Amino acid sequence: MLKNKGMNLLKRIFRFYYEGFKSMTIGKTLWIIILIKLFVMFAILKVFFFPNILKRNFNTDEERSRYVIEQLTTKPK
Amino acid sequence: MEHFDLSLVNWSRAQFALTAMYHWVFVPLTLGLAFIIAFMETLYYKTGDEEWKRITKFWMTLFGINFAIGVATGIILEFEFGTNWSNYSWFVGDIFGAPLAIEGIMAFFMESTFIAVMFFGWNKVSKKFHLISTWLVAIGANLSALWILVANAWMQYPAGMFFNPDTARNEMHNFWEVLFSPIAINKFLHTVSSGYVLAALFVVGISAWYLLKGRNVLLAKRSIIIASVFGLITSVFLALTGDGSAYQVAQKQPMKLAAMEGLYEGKEGAPLIVVGALTPGKEYNDGKDPYLFRIQIPKLLSFLGYRSGDAFVPGVKDIIEGGYNYTDKDGNQKVALSAEQKIERGRIAIQALADYKNAKEKGDTIGMAYNRKLLDENFEYFGYGYLNDPKSIIPNVPLTFYSFHIMVGLGFLFIAFFILMLYLIYLRGFLINKWLLRLSILMIPLAYIASQAGWIVAEVGRQPWVIQDVLPTVAAVSRIDSSAVQVTFFLFFIIFTTLLIAELRIMFTQIKKGPKEGGN
Repeated sequence: MLKNKGMNLLKRIFRFYYEGFKSMTIGKTLWIIILIKLFVMFAILKVFFFPNILKRNFNTDEERSRYVIEQLTTKPK
Repeated sequence: MEHFDLSLVNWSRAQFALTAMYHWVFVPLTLGLAFIIAFMETLYYKTGDEEWKRITKFWMTLFGINFAIGVATGIILEFEFGTNWSNYSWFVGDIFGAPLAIEGIMAFFMESTFIAVMFFGWNKVSKKFHLISTWLVAIGANLSALWILVANAWMQYPAGMFFNPDTARNEMHNFWEVLFSPIAINKFLHTVSSGYVLAALFVVGISAWYLLKGRNVLLAKRSIIIASVFGLITSVFLALTGDGSAYQVAQKQPMKLAAMEGLYEGKEGAPLIVVGALTPGKEYNDGKDPYLFRIQIPKLLSFLGYRSGDAFVPGVKDIIEGGYNYTDKDGNQKVALSAEQKIERGRIAIQALADYKNAKEKGDTIGMAYNRKLLDENFEYFGYGYLNDPKSIIPNVPLTFYSFHIMVGLGFLFIAFFILMLYLIYLRGFLINKWLLRLSILMIPLAYIASQAGWIVAEVGRQPWVIQDVLPTVAAVSRIDSSAVQVTFFLFFIIFTTLLIAELRIMFTQIKKGPKEGGN
């Protein structure tokens, strides 16, 4: 019984969004822009240009701490 | 500082500034327009007048365009933290992480959930639930801004934290001190109210264009009244919170205040410069008059900064040379150290951190305790240890000065504009002169200029600090190749400019089309 109610609610939410998206006019253009933007940001910029340097170069927080302390206490050559 | 790659620092700063400024093109309209729409929909809910529904839906469409183009542009700033500012990202620790995590949750759950109801829910949910959703979108957007601004305020005034030399991170010991620091409260109120004023001018400007064209007259008239009342109230509030912000700057960031006013030599009963031009090439200690010309109000800077017309306001030279009396954050009377003395204490703090690390590696507990004490005693000047020249604590004075005066001047112009608009409507109904309608359209770009100028004051004025007194940009930046930053700078420039052009084109098309029933 509870499971059926839950399914009905999920169905109603799905239909709410589905019909909403279907009836959009200018919204479709905007969604295309949003999707292209998110793709460029997360699949290109983040992956190829913006690695998290400390996460990429070190495995543990201890290593990261040691590295940052070294950076903060030694002048670059 | 000559040891650091200044090209890398400058390109990283330029990239961050570019990203933040473009991001801030989209945000203020979202913050303010959401509330204006909520007021309009409330009138629809109360009166049942279908015209209010049509008006609400029209402005909601423009809100949707701005929201869609602007959404997630701020995430790029977080990318930059991890790549270009990795030392900083680690150093700030949870203090930055906690507010940003709350922001993410709030932004996701509140805005994303209720924005769908706001756009898709007409005739599908009850009028009351729809109205509540619209209000929750407005409140959610503003609460998201709260957490970002709390994080930014902490950088201007690092409260509620202590530095842990074992992890090289700042740790929060009092969340409420971070959240309710006077800088944070003022910054939040001032920043969001600037968004409200911008949105009000946006609505008035577009409505004025309709009146000039003789189109959508009822929509334009009603929108102008709602936006002008909202704009007048919020622009007065903006001035009050601006005063609160300037007061806090005087207490916590005196160099920024000196730069905002072009004040090189401090004085008791310092005047406020209303309009002025700075002497080009002025050095802090050359004795030249800092102003080519100025119109000033006697004693007002002292009064606004310290709530006493005779109070001493330190200038750039005083802050570098020290020796003046001031009240510290605990209310104690102190004599200001010179920049040289602060640099010396900063170096002691940095050396103590290095020695603490060495002592720890050797298991030398006495050495650890000694250096920990030395570090704690000098930590408030930690960042000065990276500077070689006292002059490097002076921000770009002309940029800060002119941005500040443009922002303040426009802020008062907006108050006068809203008063005039409402007065003329009261006097003659909507038989408003065409010049005022044309002026209304001009107000839209002026609102954006004022809004950007405000951020320039806040961020350029606090240079060279990423975290006030504790971490300068030169130490916060990742030691990466500056050419990589240059490439992404231009990439961002292209992406953001494309987005802005897309927004303007879609927005203009939609404004030209005007309101219509149905569709999102």
